[in-house]
Amino acid sequence: MKPPARILIAKVGLDGHDRGAKVIAQGLRDAGFEVIYTGIRQRPEDVVRACTEEDVQAMGLSSLSGGHMANFSDIVKEMKKQKQFGKVVLFGGGVIPESDRRALIKKGFFEIYTPGTSIQKIVEDLRSRLR
Amino acid sequence: MDFSKWRKDIYEPLIRKHAERRPAFATSSGIPVEPLYSPAAAENGVGFPGVYPYTRGIQASMYRGKLWTMRQYAGFGTAEASNARYKYLLSQGQTGLSVAFDLPTQLGMDSDDPLARGEVGKVGVAIDSIEDMERLLDGIPLDRVSVSMTINAPAAILWAMVIAVARRRGVALDQLNGTIQNDVLKEYIARGTYIFPPRPSLRIVTDIFEYGEKVVPNWNTISISGYHIREAGSTAAQEVGLTFANAVCYVESAIARGLDPDRFLPRVSFFWNAHNQFLEEVAKFRAARRLWAKLCRDRFKAKDPRSWMHRFHTQTGGSTLTAQQPLNNVARTTVQALAAVLGGTQSLHTNAYDEALCLPTETGATVALRTQQILAHESKAGDTVDPLGGSYCVEALTDRLEAEAEKIIKKVDEMGGAVAAIEAGYPQREIQRSAYAAQQALEKKEEIVVGVNEFKAGREPSMPVMKVDLKSERSQVKRLKAYRKKRDARAASGACDRLSRAAGGQDNLMTHIVTAVESGATVGEIAGAIKSVFGEAQHVRTV
Repeated sequence: MKPPARILIAKVGLDGHDRGAKVIAQGLRDAGFEVIYTGIRQRPEDVVRACTEEDVQAMGLSSLSGGHMANFSDIVKEMKKQKQFGKVVLFGGGVIPESDRRALIKKGFFEIYTPGTSIQKIVEDLRSRLR
Repeated sequence: MDFSKWRKDIYEPLIRKHAERRPAFATSSGIPVEPLYSPAAAENGVGFPGVYPYTRGIQASMYRGKLWTMRQYAGFGTAEASNARYKYLLSQGQTGLSVAFDLPTQLGMDSDDPLARGEVGKVGVAIDSIEDMERLLDGIPLDRVSVSMTINAPAAILWAMVIAVARRRGVALDQLNGTIQNDVLKEYIARGTYIFPPRPSLRIVTDIFEYGEKVVPNWNTISISGYHIREAGSTAAQEVGLTFANAVCYVESAIARGLDPDRFLPRVSFFWNAHNQFLEEVAKFRAARRLWAKLCRDRFKAKDPRSWMHRFHTQTGGSTLTAQQPLNNVARTTVQALAAVLGGTQSLHTNAYDEALCLPTETGATVALRTQQILAHESKAGDTVDPLGGSYCVEALTDRLEAEAEKIIKKVDEMGGAVAAIEAGYPQREIQRSAYAAQQALEKKEEIVVGVNEFKAGREPSMPVMKVDLKSERSQVKRLKAYRKKRDARAASGACDRLSRAAGGQDNLMTHIVTAVESGATVGEIAGAIKSVFGEAQHVRTV
């Protein structure tokens, strides 16, 4: 049997709201993924390095401060720099307006999950994407 | 007929025939909700408002005398933009100010700090220097309008800026009134804007108590907050229990310093959440008031009745708002705000219906304020004191919530107090457990959120959203650079050096911080001077 996919859940920028990040981390773990949560206020370079070191197949970013366009874009830039872009499936979540959601998907995010999304939906999406 | 006969002969046969909607009913705190409460449920006596232990209210006439303060949390972009929003809210009948700072300010960073990029002016206003504070408070009469500031780890710095502005304007400091949140312990537990490690942070909190008592006697020097603990996912009972465990830590640290509880306790205030489960929320406020009075009298040995009075601000529950069918949030906010009013709050913030999508638009902010005005002037819920007092159900829930909160305080005591418990990750884990349980209940549809997991709309309406443009970040950074050029740089750095030395010794840091602000030092420089001695907090891993 294939080993479970590994996923990094990260918070970049200064936002300290991590209820969502922790609930998702635990939910993905209960669904059989191996999950590493970075804690709050991480630097993009450290998060992307952690992707390599932990050998993850996907990374989820969470932001509720309105800083998602800058923070999430920094991650994309850093992934390109560290040659991880395209190797690791990127997804995000938080209080993110629809127009920004579409812009981030264009930048390379697999999906942006907004408030009210069930863990079940994220699990199903990731299972089919990481197959 | 008595209660047990009713239960046995009328109720039980009925539910055997027609099952109820669910096998058992319970509150967010897991307290069973009975089908009916009898007089026996309220055995503690109902008491009187304005009389110890103040279950029914801290004043005898409550809102018949003066309505609660309508205080909407606001702030974004630059000081001018926020000042304009405050003036607008005041012109619309708001009665107090509540300042939201952006994350760099809350973390003691200047707007040009590389880590601040993209966050300047986003969730609140960017403040770097005394000049920004002057612009923020322009035209606001500081001796008449109370200013509340959600600021914690760098509370001393932003408060010093208000004091410095008042001095420049010639406002007597004993006329200044307002509140600083200054509740750093819950930052490690739930909110995340901590800077220094917990123990030296506690010293600053005590310094603020001591300075306030002597210099700014009408200022609320702390607002101990359950709000964020609840938003992070706790139950109502955990909200009260964990918050009071923090409160015990602040009060006992001040007493250990030699401060007289009867001098500082009257300036200690609280900040609670108001969620949807209406009766439990009303009971929560009543339970908190009674438990705080008992703690102050019996544990802290305060003798003055003013020290026993639990004064609090309430905000409706941000995490209860939905991005789906956002206009429904007006109904949620109304129910929550009514719970706060029937619970006897001193001031209130009502959320805007669009806050699950973005910072509130002006329309959203206006409807939120109007909701309070409708409650005050049209519902007339405040025309009698504690109207739910004596309700068998509310009294029973009040008793149970008090007991549950006491258990949590005892548990934290046994762990060696709030700081030791936080270092061990105890409050964090308890909250996470509740948050995850709540999410699972939603996924299994054991709990229904209208428009989210039931009663969904076919097509979501498109809503106008507010965006803070990047121009305000650029103009704030430009302004900061200009400020650094024109000030007396030597005076600023000299004051910061003296502050660092004081941090290494025993002096009260407030005087040094006020001097640093007046000498032209910025938020980032002052926080840096303290950090050079106190160091930085470490993240406690709990997932």
